[in-house]
Amino acid sequence: MLTSRALVRGLKSGFWRPLSSTSSVQAAHGKDMSPDVLDPSVPQYNNRLDTPLSDVPFVRNLNSEQRQLKEKEKGPWTKLTKEEKIALYRLTHELTYPEMRRGSSEWKTVLGGVFIFLGFSGMLVWWQRIYVFGEVPHTLSDEWVEKQTQRMIDMRINPVGGFAYHWDYVKKQWK
Amino acid sequence: MFRAVVRLSTSGVRSLARIRPCYSAPLASRCCSHAKVETDEEFDARWVTYFSKPDIDAWELKEGMNTLIGYDLVPEPKILDSALRACRRLNDLASAIRILEAVKDKSGPHKDIYPYLIQELQPTLIELGISTPEDLGMDKL
Repeated sequence: MLTSRALVRGLKSGFWRPLSSTSSVQAAHGKDMSPDVLDPSVPQYNNRLDTPLSDVPFVRNLNSEQRQLKEKEKGPWTKLTKEEKIALYRLTHELTYPEMRRGSSEWKTVLGGVFIFLGFSGMLVWWQRIYVFGEVPHTLSDEWVEKQTQRMIDMRINPVGGFAYHWDYVKKQWK
Repeated sequence: MFRAVVRLSTSGVRSLARIRPCYSAPLASRCCSHAKVETDEEFDARWVTYFSKPDIDAWELKEGMNTLIGYDLVPEPKILDSALRACRRLNDLASAIRILEAVKDKSGPHKDIYPYLIQELQPTLIELGISTPEDLGMDKL
């Protein structure tokens, strides 16, 4: 949901930014935390199912090891090990397709929060019922309702399709 | 044949019915439009030619691939073969693997399309040394 994620991101940038994003992390990942990501006029990396190849690779500032790997990529790919191939993939792409499609468990948080607040509201309503509201009018007491019902039967309220229709005047009981 | 099968918006994977009355029903007297409809073979040939450009650049590969994935179809093996060879010319293994992932994702619920594509592309994959995402364990989280 937009609000919870925005809230978390607001908290992150406000409190945890100095801890989580050191300058080395910023330098290695061309995507996040750099001025580019805030500048929409410059091509950006994105993870999109419908756009397999992004405008720029995920990691743009390669260290020497990564640059060596890129050089090796220019030769036959049969010579690359599986780990190297995975590393090359991760240099260009942040997330694989299954990772992009993976859902989160955020719905549990949301649903839990909703229930908590509903429960809290329920507690308030209950307290209000006990401590704020006065007694219910005497015309709703059982005794009064009995007498009222008998009077309605005697008056034949709605004899065609309504109240008195359902009373059997012969057997003196409800139909 | 396969293009008709993989047109994703139709119902039924095995149906061979084409949805272009102008083309496959010469006796029909009413046509939707008078524009010339491109046949499947022409479409495939056009894309194979696009990716076969010897000095294709990274932008053209990216643009072509993103456009192709945007269509309501899974590309034929020959188009993918051409695209993978373009990746080889550009020394871009990551894109080659990404293309394979993309077509698997594009097949959606039709789980038999991707194995067929891999089967058809196997000679190329072996020749160029491209590992499938399954080989690299990237199809699982």
